[in-house]
Amino acid sequence: MKRVQFSSRWLPYAFLAPQMAIIFVFFYWPSAQAVQSSLYLEDPFGFGSTFVGLDNYADILSSREYLGIAKFTLVFTVLVTGLSLGLGLLLAVKADAVLRGAHAYKTLLIWVYAVAPPVAGLIGMMFFDQHIGPLVRLAGVFGWDMKVGLDYTDTAVAMITVSVWKQIPYNFIFFLSGLQSLPASVREAAFIDCRSGARRFATVTLPLLAPTAFFLLIMNMTYALFETFGVIDVIVKDKAANNPITLVYKVYMDGFRGNDLGGSSAQSVILMLIVFVLTIFQFRFIERRVHYG
Amino acid sequence: MNRLRILDHVILLIGVFVMLAPVVLAFTTSSHDATTIHTQGLQFGWGGHFAETYEEVLTKKGGFTGEITGARMVLNSLILGIGFAVGKIVLSMMAAYAIVYFRFRLGTLFFWMIFTTLLLPLEVRILPSYAVMTQLGLTNTYTGLIVPLLASATGTFFFRQYFRAVPEEILEAARIDGAGAWKFFIDILVPLSRPMMAAIFIIMFVYGWNQYLWPTLITTDESLFTLVRGIKQILLVWIGSQIPDYNQAFALAILAMLPPVLVVIVFQRWFIKGLTESDK
Amino acid sequence: MSTITITDVSKIYSGGVRAVSDISLDIADGEFIVLVGPSGCGKSTLLRMVAGLEEISEGTVSIGGRVVNTLDPADRDIAMVFQNYALYPHMSVRDNLAYGLRNRKTPKAEIAARVAEAARMLELEPYLDRKPRALSGGQRQRVAMGRAIVRKPAAFLFDEPLSNLDARLRVSMRGEIRQLQRRVGTTSLYVTHDQLEAMTLADRLVVLNGGRVEQIGRPLEVYNRPASTFVAGFIGSPAMNLVQARADDGALHLGEERILAELPHRGPVTLGLRAEDLRIVPANAPGAVRFSLTYVEELGAQRLVHGQCNGQPIVAAHPSEQPLPAEAALLADAARLHFFDTQSGRRI
Repeated sequence: MKRVQFSSRWLPYAFLAPQMAIIFVFFYWPSAQAVQSSLYLEDPFGFGSTFVGLDNYADILSSREYLGIAKFTLVFTVLVTGLSLGLGLLLAVKADAVLRGAHAYKTLLIWVYAVAPPVAGLIGMMFFDQHIGPLVRLAGVFGWDMKVGLDYTDTAVAMITVSVWKQIPYNFIFFLSGLQSLPASVREAAFIDCRSGARRFATVTLPLLAPTAFFLLIMNMTYALFETFGVIDVIVKDKAANNPITLVYKVYMDGFRGNDLGGSSAQSVILMLIVFVLTIFQFRFIERRVHYG
Repeated sequence: MNRLRILDHVILLIGVFVMLAPVVLAFTTSSHDATTIHTQGLQFGWGGHFAETYEEVLTKKGGFTGEITGARMVLNSLILGIGFAVGKIVLSMMAAYAIVYFRFRLGTLFFWMIFTTLLLPLEVRILPSYAVMTQLGLTNTYTGLIVPLLASATGTFFFRQYFRAVPEEILEAARIDGAGAWKFFIDILVPLSRPMMAAIFIIMFVYGWNQYLWPTLITTDESLFTLVRGIKQILLVWIGSQIPDYNQAFALAILAMLPPVLVVIVFQRWFIKGLTESDK
Repeated sequence: MSTITITDVSKIYSGGVRAVSDISLDIADGEFIVLVGPSGCGKSTLLRMVAGLEEISEGTVSIGGRVVNTLDPADRDIAMVFQNYALYPHMSVRDNLAYGLRNRKTPKAEIAARVAEAARMLELEPYLDRKPRALSGGQRQRVAMGRAIVRKPAAFLFDEPLSNLDARLRVSMRGEIRQLQRRVGTTSLYVTHDQLEAMTLADRLVVLNGGRVEQIGRPLEVYNRPASTFVAGFIGSPAMNLVQARADDGALHLGEERILAELPHRGPVTLGLRAEDLRIVPANAPGAVRFSLTYVEELGAQRLVHGQCNGQPIVAAHPSEQPLPAEAALLADAARLHFFDTQSGRRI
C-alpha cells in the first residue's frame, strides 16, 4: 500500500487484535452457527436437535406463507427504493438549481435522516391513527376508509409511506453532493451546446450522476430489506396475522416469537445469500468505476 | 426562466413541508394534554402542557416494572450512541493503521476477513448472534448492547481510504525525524485524522443512537432500555388504555429524535462529508 | 567529518528490474552534489537508499565513515527536504521544526535555541506559531529547510525541493539554498531533473540515465566536455546539436559538404555542436556549410535560429541586433567541436 512500511513482528497484530476479536466472536461465530443450525431441527421441548439436511430450506421455499412474504418484500423494496430515489433526486435537482435559499433548503431537507426508523414509525402511526390521524381523514375525504393495522393494503400503504419519508433525505444528500461535484466547466459546456433544460438534464447531468444513482440503488435496497425493521415492528406491533411483513421481520418472528430455530436460521442464510449477491454486484460495479475514474 | 425558478421553489417548499410537518406537528401536539388530542386530533397550535408532559415523561417511572424513567432512557441512549461511536473510531483506526502502514505475513488474510463483514448486516444474523450473547452471558449488559454492533468494517474501510490518501512523504519525514510506528500513529496520524474522526463520530453516533432491533433483543431489563428501544413498550402500554397518552408518546418520540437531529443540523458539513465519503 | 561513500550500489526490484546499477560515488565533507537526469533515471531511488527509505539491494552506503545499510532513517544522522515539503499539517511551524529534536530527547533549552537560530537564518520568525496551511509556497519551502537545519545532521538530502514552486520563486530559492549550504557547510545530496538547477547549485554533478552514471564532474567540466551524447543532449539549453557525419582522411563529411578537421578516427561519427559555438554567415563564406532556415525564436538578447544542414535539424544562436543573411551558412569553431562514437554514444 505505502511505499515505505513499518515492519514489526508484533505491533500490527496488536493493532488489529481488538477488531479481529470482535469480528470473530460477533460475526464469524454467529454466521457459522446460523449455517449450522439451519441444517438441524430443534426439538420443541429443548431436548437436543436432529440433523435434517436441507429440509428446513425445502420447507421454507415450499411454504405459501413464506413465498407471500417474499413477494411483499419484493414489492415493498421496489416501491420504497423507486419512490425515495425519485423524490430525493427531484428535490436535489431543484435545490441545486435555486440560488437563493439553497443552503436553508438543504438544512431543512436533510435532518429527517437522523430520525430513527421506529420513531418515524411511531409518528407515522399517529398520522394513520384511527381517531386522530390526519392522513386517515384525508383519505376519508376521497371515500377511502383506511384501517391501518387491520387492512392488509392500508397497512402496506402506511409502511411504504413512512419508509419512503424516512429515506428521502439520504438520497437527497447523495444526489445533491453528486450534482455539486460535477465539474462546472462540463455544465457550462452543456449550457452552450444545448438549449433545452430537460434535454441537458437527460443527456449530460443524469449520465454523470449514474454512479451515484447506482450506489444509492444498492443502499436503498439494503435499507428497504433491513433497516425498515423498526418501522414495520412499530406498525404491526407483533401482530403479524393479517399484516404485511418483510423477510427480516419473518426471521425475527420465527426465531424469537415462534422459537423455530432451524427455520429461522435457514431464512437467515437465504437472506445472507441475497445480500451477498447484492454486495458482490456493488463491489464489481465500484471496481469498474475506479477504472473509469 | 423566472417562472421556472418559482416552480423550483414551490417544489422545494412542498418537499420541506412534507419532511417537516409531521415532526413539527408531533412537537406541537406533545404540548397538549391527552384528552384534547383524543377528542380534537393533532394540534398545530401551542398547548399549555409542555412542561408538565415532558417532566412527567422524563421523571415518572414507567414500563411494566415501573423502574424506568425517560431520563434513564436518555442516559442509556447516550451511552449506546457515544460508546458505539468511540468504539468504532478506536477499533477501526487501529485496524486501518495496521493494514495500511505495516507489511506483515497475515496482512492480506486479515484484510479479507475484515472486508467480508461488509457483506452481512447484523439483521441477517440476529438469532445466532443472540445465541452467542446468551452463551457469553452478555445479555442485559452495556457490553452486550454495544460491542456486537462494532463487528462490521465500515469504519475500518473509511480510515483505510483516508490513510492511503495521506502523502507518503509525511511518513518518510516522520521516520527521518525519529518517529517509530507508535509515535507516528499518536503524534502524526491521529491528529491528522481529527476532521475525519469528527465526521465518523457524527455518523456513528446517529447510527448507534437509532439502533432498534439489537437493543430490542439484547435488553429485556428495562433499566437498560434506550429511548428508541422504549418506543415499542410505549405503544404496547398505550394500546390497552382508554384514552391513550398521545401526548407522552409524542414527547418521547421528540426526545428520541432530538439529539441525533441536533447533531446532524449543528455539524451539517462534517455530517455530509462523513456520510458521502464513508459509504463509498 | 561527514563524507558519504556510495560503493557499487544497486537497486533491484522484485521481478529483476534494475532501477539503479552499480553506482559508486565519493562525496567529500561539505560538498554539494547534484544528481540530475530525466524521470525514471534512478536519481530519487539512489537518494532514498541513502536516506534509508528504500532498501539497498547491493553495495554499501556509508555516512561519516560508518556503513548505514541496515540502519533506520532516523539513525543515519541525515535530514531530508521533500518535493511536497511533507510538513506536518497539524503542527505549528515551531513544532514542525522541533519535532525531530524532541524525538531525539534533545534538552528543551537547546531545542528552543536551535529553532530560534534556524528561524532567524530563514527569516521565519514572524511565522513560528502559524500552521503550514497559512504559509505561502516559498515559506513552506523554508520551513522544510529549517526542519533539516535544526537537526545539524551529517548530510542534507534534497528530493526535488523546488519543483512545486513557480519559476521566479524557484530561481530565488535556488540562490538561498546554495548560500545556506555554504554557510552551514553540511554535505548535501540534491536530486533534480532540471539541468539549469543542477548546473547552478552543484559543486559536482552526477548525470544519471537508465540507472547508470553517465558522467560525474564539475558543472563546467560536464558542460564543456560531455562524456556522452546523452549528457550532451541533457545538459545545456538549447540542447547540443547532434549531427550524424562520417570521418576520413582529415575531413568530416556531412552528406555532400566537407569540413576540414583533425580526427583520430575514421568512419561514422556523431558531431556535437553547441548553438552558441555556431556562427551564421552569408552562404558564400569560405568553409561554411549551407544552412536552410525554418524558423526563428526571439529570446531578447539573442535569437535561436532553427534550420537544417543536409536534412539534419540544427539550432544556432545569433545576436538579436544582427540581421540574418537571406542565404545562410554555418561556421563552427574547430576547437569547440565534440565527437562521439555513433554506436556507443561515448565521447571520442
